[in-house]
Amino acid sequence: MITATNLKKIYNGTTVLNIEHLDIPTGQSFGLVGNNGAGKTTFFSLLLDLIQPTTGNIFNNEITVSQSEAWKPFTSSFIDESFLIGYLTPEEYFYFIGDLRQQNKADVDALLSTFEDFFNDEILKKRKYLRDLSKGNQKKVGIVAALIGNPKVVILDEPFANLDPTTQIRLKKIIRELGASQDTTFLISSHDLIHITEVCERIVVMDKGILVKDIITSEATLKELETYFSGGQTVEI
Amino acid sequence: MFKRLISLEWKSFFRSASMGKSIGLKILMIFLGVYFTAIFLLFGIGLYPLVEKYFPGETPLFVVNRFVLVWLLVELAYRFLLQTLPVLNIKPLLILPIKKRKVVNFVLLKSLYSFFNFLPLLVIIPFGIFNIYKEQFAPGPVLAWMIGMTALTFCVNYANFIIKKRFTENLKALIPVLVVVSGLAILDYFKIFEISVWFGKGLNEILFYPILALIPILLFFVLYLWNRKNLESKFYLDATLKEQTKNINTREFLWTRRFGDIAPYLQQDLKLIWRNKRPKTSIYMSILFLGYGLFFYTQDTYQDIPWFFVFVGIFITGMFMINFGQFIPAWDSNYYPMIMAQNIPMNRYLTAKAGLITFSVVALAILATPYAYFGWRIFLLNIICAVYNIGVNIPILLYAGSFNRKRIDLDKSPFMNYQGAGAAQWLVGIPLMVIPVFLFWIFYKFISYESGMIFLFGLGVLGLFLRSRLIDSIAQIYKRNKYAMIEGFKQQGD
Repeated sequence: MITATNLKKIYNGTTVLNIEHLDIPTGQSFGLVGNNGAGKTTFFSLLLDLIQPTTGNIFNNEITVSQSEAWKPFTSSFIDESFLIGYLTPEEYFYFIGDLRQQNKADVDALLSTFEDFFNDEILKKRKYLRDLSKGNQKKVGIVAALIGNPKVVILDEPFANLDPTTQIRLKKIIRELGASQDTTFLISSHDLIHITEVCERIVVMDKGILVKDIITSEATLKELETYFSGGQTVEI
Repeated sequence: MFKRLISLEWKSFFRSASMGKSIGLKILMIFLGVYFTAIFLLFGIGLYPLVEKYFPGETPLFVVNRFVLVWLLVELAYRFLLQTLPVLNIKPLLILPIKKRKVVNFVLLKSLYSFFNFLPLLVIIPFGIFNIYKEQFAPGPVLAWMIGMTALTFCVNYANFIIKKRFTENLKALIPVLVVVSGLAILDYFKIFEISVWFGKGLNEILFYPILALIPILLFFVLYLWNRKNLESKFYLDATLKEQTKNINTREFLWTRRFGDIAPYLQQDLKLIWRNKRPKTSIYMSILFLGYGLFFYTQDTYQDIPWFFVFVGIFITGMFMINFGQFIPAWDSNYYPMIMAQNIPMNRYLTAKAGLITFSVVALAILATPYAYFGWRIFLLNIICAVYNIGVNIPILLYAGSFNRKRIDLDKSPFMNYQGAGAAQWLVGIPLMVIPVFLFWIFYKFISYESGMIFLFGLGVLGLFLRSRLIDSIAQIYKRNKYAMIEGFKQQGD
């Protein structure tokens, strides 16, 4: 579904991303972990054509993202708050995104009703603008909006950060279910090794812009990641 | 501690993202500053001879005193519109071991270093010196008068902040104040109870009993303390939050549905305009400027230069177009990455913006129909200017928008707010206004008035026919500039 070849991003002489080849097959739940500055957000921004690659290309369903807009109808994303429109209420925002993805009000309502638990009564019918919601609640809105209109590719940058424990657990369930039942490709980045091993079939570790590990998730994965991030020593839990 | 706060302020000014970027803007501000300084200084120097000339036989200082109250009111009014309490980012200071009072004092004292306080001094001091020079009064009493007047100016400074704090949240509470003020003004005008004269007589007393200058100084301290108390009680993070969340507007603009494809975008833009201070003002401005024609149509001087009416027509029907259009797409700068990553084809996005502006031009042209009173030529010219705006000026504005790189925070006050303004905004005004006037002038000069109208009309219609083509190629430019725009809109700070 997604292929990156010879992808490089250089800022003022510093290489922040350098991926020779990365292939993500359709339907895979793909996890990206790495310390700050590893290049996770840079990779997602390149994939969404928000920044320009210095060399190389990313193909989304065989479409070169920087040359055509044809990937937009089946790709949805939530990177940060700049993906929200502050002066709308959550409902209005959902309907607006729905409009952009050819979903009428009833479709959106049907989808939202499945997220009642997730919203925990803090989002809908509160008569508040998005800019007045807390960071965590804004994130919930952004994540759910990224699921409107049956997208084939969903990109979520740090979806677990800022969420309360209950919501984190609910979000994991949602991602697992959607990842399993549809042919949706999920791309998720996280700092939380436990969460990411629980929801992703494949995990890639990045460090200073380079892919250093590519693991198909198994029982041993969490241990392996913890060993890697603690600097090679084995960790007792 | 004050020294630290000052150095923080200094850094925030010189390290702000736009520092050094907008030279044109700075030159304009410096020019305005010099201009107003010169005007006030000239007025201050010329005041004494002027009063002597127009009020012969009276003591100039007493004459001036009579107008002081009116002046203070006018000053209060324009300060209310233009001046804001200097902001200090208190969030990081809240948890540091700094006394609240110190920060509040700093903010309040800083507000004295305002251009608004400087200007009246340029009148008060030269006029006072003139009085001493002409030996109208002894230097001592005049000095007391100057001090009293300065204190009054500073009183206006702090009274403005009190009024702002009290009334910006609740404009209705301003009504009784306005009623009382206008009541007194009417009584004054009909000479039933001349409060300004009484106030003037009070000021005259300072010259006989200089110690009375203490009264305005006392008033100044009272207002200062009041402000301090007010600010100290608001020294919490949620103090500003409380006001925001009430009273939200959930109008749906369902009638936009009939515009098909671009309906969601139109709805979106209408919400943008209605729910945010700055774009909302552009609507009021457009309606206000509808009256602009009255200045010109009524005067005989302009009847001989009908090409000037093209300028007026473009302006009247295009006020919203200019105000709103010059900041496309910066209005969406807060969430521009979303616009770029979502399923939004660029040309549809631009078509929607063009549609909204077209709608505004048509609406303003309809509202301007009463100008038919000044003759069918003016009426017809306004309609033609509207067509020209729709056909030619809208694509020009959209094209100019592709050079916008500056973020706009929607909720900031629109007065004297140059956030988002760059060279592109200043330059685009020229082709919008000058080109049609020039084209019309050529035809008017060498052929006739009617031929000029037909030519502008033709250009407008041609633009309308080519619109989708033009928008397609403008969309290409937007795509090319996309990365720079995303990057630019990210830069915070003004």
